[in-house]
Parts: sequence; C-alpha cells; structure tokens
Amino acid sequence: MNSKSRYLAYPYSIWMLVFILFPLFLIFLYSITLRNPNDIKTITFTFENFGKFFDPIYVNVLIRSISIAALSTGICLIVGYPVAYLLTRAKDKHKGLMILLFILPMWMNMLLRTYAWMTILGNTGLINSFLNLLNLPNVNLLYNNKAVILGMVYNFLPFMVFPIYTALNKMDRSLIEAADDLGADGFTIFKRVIFPLSLPGVISGIVMVFMPAVSTFVIPRLLGGGKNVLIGNLIEKLFLVTRDWNFGAALSMIILIIIFISIKILNILKIDKESGVSI
Amino acid sequence: MKESIIEISSIVKKYDDVKVLNEISFNVYKNEFVTLLGPSGCGKTTTLRIIGGFEAANEGKVLFEGKEINHLPPYKRQINTVFQNYALFPHMNVYENIAFGLKIKKLKDQIIENKVRKILKLVGLENFESRDIDSLSGGQQQRIAIARALVNEPKVLLLDEPLGALDLKLRKDMQVELKNIQKSLGITFIYVTHDQEEALTMSDRIIVMKSGSIQQVGSPINIYNEPINSFVADFIGESNIISGVMKDDYQVSFLGKTFECVDYGFKKMENVHIVIRPEDIDIVKKDSGLINGEVKSVIFKGVHYEINVLAKNFEFLIQSTKSSKIGNYVGLDFNPDDLHVMREMHYE
Repeated sequence: MNSKSRYLAYPYSIWMLVFILFPLFLIFLYSITLRNPNDIKTITFTFENFGKFFDPIYVNVLIRSISIAALSTGICLIVGYPVAYLLTRAKDKHKGLMILLFILPMWMNMLLRTYAWMTILGNTGLINSFLNLLNLPNVNLLYNNKAVILGMVYNFLPFMVFPIYTALNKMDRSLIEAADDLGADGFTIFKRVIFPLSLPGVISGIVMVFMPAVSTFVIPRLLGGGKNVLIGNLIEKLFLVTRDWNFGAALSMIILIIIFISIKILNILKIDKESGVSI
Repeated sequence: MKESIIEISSIVKKYDDVKVLNEISFNVYKNEFVTLLGPSGCGKTTTLRIIGGFEAANEGKVLFEGKEINHLPPYKRQINTVFQNYALFPHMNVYENIAFGLKIKKLKDQIIENKVRKILKLVGLENFESRDIDSLSGGQQQRIAIARALVNEPKVLLLDEPLGALDLKLRKDMQVELKNIQKSLGITFIYVTHDQEEALTMSDRIIVMKSGSIQQVGSPINIYNEPINSFVADFIGESNIISGVMKDDYQVSFLGKTFECVDYGFKKMENVHIVIRPEDIDIVKKDSGLINGEVKSVIFKGVHYEINVLAKNFEFLIQSTKSSKIGNYVGLDFNPDDLHVMREMHYE
C-alpha cells in the first residue's frame, strides 16, 4: 500500500472509533460497574451484573431467544436456498426483475413491514375477516411465538437469499456439467457439488439472519405482544423503562459473546476462505 | 470396413435463429483419434457438446454404436469429457476428484483405490492423491482432468482444447503423451482445437470446420497436401494463395504468366486460387527461376528462415534453410506438382 492511499482509510477508521468502538467500550464499562445514584464520581467495578443474569428467569429468556432465532434461521435457510437457486437459474432478462421484487419490501421501514403483518394476522385483520365472511370461527394468529417467527422469517429472508445466491452464482457451470458427465444424476450433483460449493454462502446467510434475529426487539414486541419476552425486549426495557443500564449492558455483552462464538464455530465449517463473513 | 462408434448425421444447431451448425455429418471410428479443427466460432465446441449431451441439436441425429442418443442426458452416456478449463472440483482433493465417477458407480473402495492409483501412474502423477487442486500447476491439473475422465473407462473421450492454457513446451509434451495414452488404452478420442499443428501431430483424421460447416475430412497428410479449398489451405499451415485463371487442363495463369500444373477438369478460363506452400518454393538466381522478385524481409525462425519476396505485386512467403539479403533480386522456382489449384472460395 502506498502512503497516499492509506489516508483513504482514515474517515472510516475515525467513524469506527467514534461510533462503534467507543460506544462498545462504554457498554463494556457499564456492564462491569455499579450505579451509585448518590455519587457519580466514584466508579465501583463489579461482576454483579453478570451474576444477576444467572437467575433462571433471565437464562430462560436467553434460551427462548436463541431457540426462536435458530428456528427462524432454519426456516429462512429451507425457504431461501431454493429461492437463491432459482434466481441463479433464471434467464438474465428475468433475473433483474426477480431480484428487484425480492428487495422491494426492504426499501420500506422494518417497523412498517411488521405492522403490516399485524393488520393481516390480527383479530379483526385480513385473515379473520375473511374467515368471518365464511362464517368460520376466529383464529388467534397474533401475539404468539409463531407470529414472531413468521415476522423474523419475513424480515430477514433476503439476508439468507443473497449470500447463497452470490455463492451459487459465482460457481462455474462447467463443474455441474463435469459431474453430470461423470455419471451423477441431478440429486447427486446437488449433494456432492452444488451444495458443498455454496456452503460459504449458506454460512454467511446463517450469520446474517441469526444475528439480528437473536437481538431484535421490534418483532417480538409487535407480533409477540410482549407476552413472551425475548432478550432484545429485556435489554430494551432495562435501558428505557427500568433504567438499569448496567444490567442491560451486561446482557448486551452476553449476546455479543454468544454471536461471536457462533460465528467462530461456523467459520470452522467454512471451506472457502475467500468469501463470506469472517471474524 | 472400420466400425463406427459415433455417427453424426445432418446436425443443425441454432441459437436464437442463428445457425451455428449447418447440417454437420461425419463418422468416428473405433479407436480413432479425430480432431475437429477450425477457427473460433466455427462450431467445433458446439459439435463436441452435442456429442457429450450438454447441448441438444435442433435437427439431426447423434448415433452411438448405432443407437440414437439425442435425448440421453450426459450422465447416461458412455462418453466422458475433458473440459477446456478442466472443471476440477475445488472442494475435493486429487483422489476424490478422480474417484468421483467410480463412487457414483458404487464400486468397492478397494477397487476404486486401485483404479485411481493406476490412472495416476498413467498420467505421471503418482502420490498426488491427497493434494489440493489449488496447489497443482496448470499442467498437473490438466493431467488430473484427463485422469478423472479416463478412470471411468469411457468408450469415447471428448477433449475440448485441453492444452490451450499450457505453455508451448508443456503443450508439445502433452500432445505426445495424449497420443500415447490414446493408443495404449484403445479409446476413441474426439479432440477440439484451433491449433493446426496440434491437429496434424496427434490426429488419425482431421475434420476442418468453418462457420458451422465441414470443409474437409481427411488424414493429416491428405489435408496438408491436398487442401480442398483456399480456406483449408490457409488454415492448415502457412500458404501463398494467389488468384488466377485456369487456361486449360494442366495450364494455370497467375501474376501475368502461365505455368504448368498437374490439375485438370476445370472450366476453361475459370477463376481459381493457386496455393503454394512456403517450403515448396526455392530461391534461385535472378532469371533462372519461374518468376523474379525482390527480397523484402528475412526472419530467422530457428530451423529455417522466413523470407518475403515481392514478385509482381504479390508477396510470397518462403521457408528456406538458406538466408537471403534484403533488397536482392532473386528468382523463385517451384515444380508443377507444388501448385495446388482450387475453385475460388470466398471467405472473410
């Protein structure tokens, strides 16, 4: 790298420092200190905030958050992989339109998109109105875990599709022909060649979906009705309602560590070193 | 009579109404090394892909041992392909790549291992089993690609410019090796290349193609010595192609002079092309040859010199082991049977 081009990295470095590293450091600081309302000048260091987490109530919240996020990620993978595959096989002239249709909802605010689901699933919503029309009984669709998972899948699906699409798209067509030539039928080609080569994309997709899914608070609040609190809601409440920033910060650090560990594990599985997310 | 293994009859292939193959027909005999030769865009690779099953012909038939295989997918054909870019699986090592086809056939592990060992020995890459594909050189990858196809013991092996990415020295070595492999295994090879020298070196028969049509089919010697038209003459080796007129049987006129030749059966005064190979022209003293000219350039090519001589507005290319001085006036001499007269053919 020559000396001039190094300056180009400065704006981003400063941005990182001010808006990412510094706040992260503050969160860390909050997580290991105690609030002293009488004297803000003295800081007491403690691990008490982390200790508080091991109350079964909070652990359960975390376990529930992780399992709902994992389930949503799994559904995204099952739904998203075929979509990505079809996108790569589409003719060039249709491809642009298909991708556009796919990212179009992402141009809208996430809050708005999630609200839209409330009007579809609600007691007086689209589906129930339709059922009433047919004189069928109302069904409870909103304010349960299923609605939360639906909201997560809907919101985060593109983050699964695009990394897989990219991995599949850059795959050399002649590899598929070679497998075909060597006697592999369609399923074998997928199992032995296409899927293993798309694994970096799959792993990136999992990371990209799991991360926001485990920490979101908007979707469980709107579609879950706040009945089943997830870790995101808990942190939000601690910061904004209870104003226990120290415990909130500790919980944030715990999520951070869990995400970090899961990415590390996924990276071990990754074969292609050049693509995808790596930390 | 030799036995055909592949018969191509009246194959037509169109891409968006553009005909890329126009009624192609030819036979490939058992244990033969056939080369499809032509410039890029002539349809040779498309022809190969139709035989391999990767493309479907719009019209015509592909027969394999007498049976039509038009609708048979590649994995059901007893044909294997060596791809131009090798198409080795990057997520597998050398052993897994070669064993790919054998594992699909569900052979016993021990048998697979023996076959992989044997084929690696054949291509000269023993003990390479656990190497990553990325760690191999171009030439080594090329051999693995050949091994991966050959290990399945196909009846026909298709090779799509497999030596294109190799350097000259390696290419020459591989040409000889490929020919040896083909002879020792007795497998039919169909080889695609745009390199005429490669075609001449390896083939039993060459099929010369141009813009989706076959120009000439014949042995290397036959095609080199008796090109059917000026395109083939020009494509196979270097040639001097001169426009002329056939005065009478055995009488051809070009560059303002009438020469004796061995060709006959043309219409009187028919416009023709005369092809003279650069090595068939002798440089002699001025006025003692058939035509005089001025030496324009001399290039040393190793074995011979390449000399350009301008004679009556035509610049002759001559290959000679003796050098000449630029600016000298010399005579050019050739024998009647060195003149190859062919009907005029227009090509771009």
